[in-house]
Amino acid sequence: MKLSKIVIAAAVVAAGASSIATSAFAQAKEQFFPLLSYRTGPYAPNGVPWANGKQDYIKMINARDGGVNGVKLTFEECETGYATDRGVECYERLKGKPGVALFDPQATGITFALTEKAPVDKIPLMTLGYGLSVAQDGQAFKWNFPFMGSYWTGADILIQHIGKQAGGLDKLKGKKIALVYHDSPFGKEPIPVLQERAKMHGFELQMLPVTAPGVEQKATWLQVRQSRPDYVLLWGWGVMNSTALKEAQATGYPRDKMYGVWWAGAEPDVRDVGDGAKGYHALALNGYGTQSKVIQDILKNVHDKGQGTGPKEEVGSVLYTRGVIIQMLAVESVRRAQERFGKGKVMTGEQVRWGMENLALDQKKLDALGFKDLMRPLSTSCADHMGSTWARVHTWDGKKWDFSSDWYQADEQILKPMVKAGADKYLADKKMTRRDAADCQS
Amino acid sequence: MLYRENGQFKTSYRADQQIFPIAQDRIAVALLLAVAFLVVPMLASDYIFRAILIPFVIMALAALGVNILVGYCGQISLGSGAFMAVGAYGAYNFFVRFPGMPLIPALILGGLCATFFGILFGLPSLRVKGLYLAVATLAAQFFSDWMFLRIKWFTNNSDSGSVSVNNLQVFGFPIESATSKYLFCLALLVVVALLAKNLVRGAIGREWMAIRDMDVAAAVIGIRPMYAKLSAFAVSSFIVGMAGALWAFVHLGAWEPAAFSVEISFRLLFMVIIGGLGSIAGGFFGAAFIVVLPIVLNQFLPAFMGLFGIEVSTAGVSHAELMIFGALIVWFLIVEPHGLAKLWSTAKQKLRLWPFPH
Repeated sequence: MKLSKIVIAAAVVAAGASSIATSAFAQAKEQFFPLLSYRTGPYAPNGVPWANGKQDYIKMINARDGGVNGVKLTFEECETGYATDRGVECYERLKGKPGVALFDPQATGITFALTEKAPVDKIPLMTLGYGLSVAQDGQAFKWNFPFMGSYWTGADILIQHIGKQAGGLDKLKGKKIALVYHDSPFGKEPIPVLQERAKMHGFELQMLPVTAPGVEQKATWLQVRQSRPDYVLLWGWGVMNSTALKEAQATGYPRDKMYGVWWAGAEPDVRDVGDGAKGYHALALNGYGTQSKVIQDILKNVHDKGQGTGPKEEVGSVLYTRGVIIQMLAVESVRRAQERFGKGKVMTGEQVRWGMENLALDQKKLDALGFKDLMRPLSTSCADHMGSTWARVHTWDGKKWDFSSDWYQADEQILKPMVKAGADKYLADKKMTRRDAADCQS
Repeated sequence: MLYRENGQFKTSYRADQQIFPIAQDRIAVALLLAVAFLVVPMLASDYIFRAILIPFVIMALAALGVNILVGYCGQISLGSGAFMAVGAYGAYNFFVRFPGMPLIPALILGGLCATFFGILFGLPSLRVKGLYLAVATLAAQFFSDWMFLRIKWFTNNSDSGSVSVNNLQVFGFPIESATSKYLFCLALLVVVALLAKNLVRGAIGREWMAIRDMDVAAAVIGIRPMYAKLSAFAVSSFIVGMAGALWAFVHLGAWEPAAFSVEISFRLLFMVIIGGLGSIAGGFFGAAFIVVLPIVLNQFLPAFMGLFGIEVSTAGVSHAELMIFGALIVWFLIVEPHGLAKLWSTAKQKLRLWPFPH
């Protein structure tokens, strides 16, 4: 090894690094959306459509409306591979860019790490349908926004639905419900709510953890075969879901007794299993399909011009649409913030946070935005950072998902005290206090 | 020319036994320390600190610990991630269960937990060695994964298994800003590196190396294998445990058992192999290679391809990053199987004979 070669290699790398450093400056009136994503690794099949939907919505708003009140939207993607340390690196890299609006970490583990960092940097976190369940309590978690639902609301709705199927929640007495979960914070979050419900209705809860990423489930399904639970709740993500369905098929466990969370209810989870997954139910956090106005706008303004991020067939799928909804909520938070802090200006993270806390998207507004049938109205406040807890159940018929239930709302009477207690414990651990009324106005 | 040692006469044993016997080395190290402690904090941006320098310093500390075990004592270990986890959760438990526990004692107590755990899982080294031992230490990894996922007591009964810390301070100074975090980790690294260097120079280091080179011969000349092997496990896991506590407390802030998965054990082993087995500097080189290079590649590739008008997708970048990284590891190991530290010492040898190196 010649020393000169090393020197040259080092010089090339150093030159490249410095050119990156300089290109970070020189920005105009642009609102910047850092997009953390994972397009590689065991969670990629689900991570890709999600990330594509977010990008396409930004491109569509720029193409159709020219941005938000004249402020152009920009973005940069950063690959995390679902790993916490890479996610933290991405966050540190992108948080310093001018005009950063908010972060959507896309992973529960990264959310936990960033929850400690966001208040210091004054950048809000949006965790739609995942993350810390107790963060619904906005008086304790000023910078976290689990819009539209958390694992707790999801677990609660699943039990409500199963109870209804059984002919009333009281009929669950003596039944056995197994929770097949990803052995990580993501999979463990729903357990307290399920335990609470089990105590209330007298069903037995069986915990069956699956080691991440979830490709090895033989032992788990052997246990299912032995204990024959009446229902199986599937709390998986990425490759774990299709594996679980295949194992259920191999075990002979009836798929129509299986209920997935909304992260286990999209096309990539069942497509490979096809008919084998027929009858499998999962929560649907959002609507989907290509009929809605916003999806048509994306097709017209982005994909027809050859600027789509992913393949055209993917547009309108479950996770793609979720990505679109996430980005819409981010953009609307900026728009709401502009209403107070000045239209046509680039909002800071703090201002966007106010926008997220004061969102009021009623049906009329959603229809105007083109999100009719994709989601239910959402309105946030200082006390409630979730805004809505609506979800329904859909069923795979072997080829496509179909809605099979009405909308449900999580039971406030059960969740509210749990959220409050959880938030109080968090605050006590951290020696912090609740936000007062004056802080809620800011 | 600049690197000549003629004229530097050692007139006492003390002078001959210095860590850096050549004056130029002493000056270079002093300069390096001055740059690391004074110049870097003035120049580096928040991103450089939080995403590159702090992970680098902490991982260098961990690699230093692993190097003592693997490089100096020859006990191949795949349980380093577990020792980091024990250090992190140990320190966490002392930190939250004892009100007013300062950070440094918590770190040291975390390190002591890891020491105990390391000795426990080092016991098989008395009977098996080489690859067999590597597999035996893998058990430590699986055991710690299981323990921190399942036993709720360790995570302070957190529902999700994720824990977090805040209000870090040392002697009243808050460890919140990027600069303070960096300086704190760096100071710890320098102290530990100095102690480690002196350990491996001393009698105990000689014993470790004798065991590494041939344990039967070492036993014949009167070295107790049990004492030597277990002390290497103890010292190594203490350092690795402290690094784990720093990784959790200072770098991540909130963590779950997956942060110390088997992957981190592999990465630490790669660090010492690529950096250089049996060399204190090797840990630093290896940590830089494994921690910093993927991040640099990740950011450098799009800019580099952009020069040719080619836009690379995020997925493309991360695939290319893995490929280039893998290729570089293979290339380095073919070119210099003894690691980057060996390259460095070869360069020094050549400089001594400059301008006519052979």
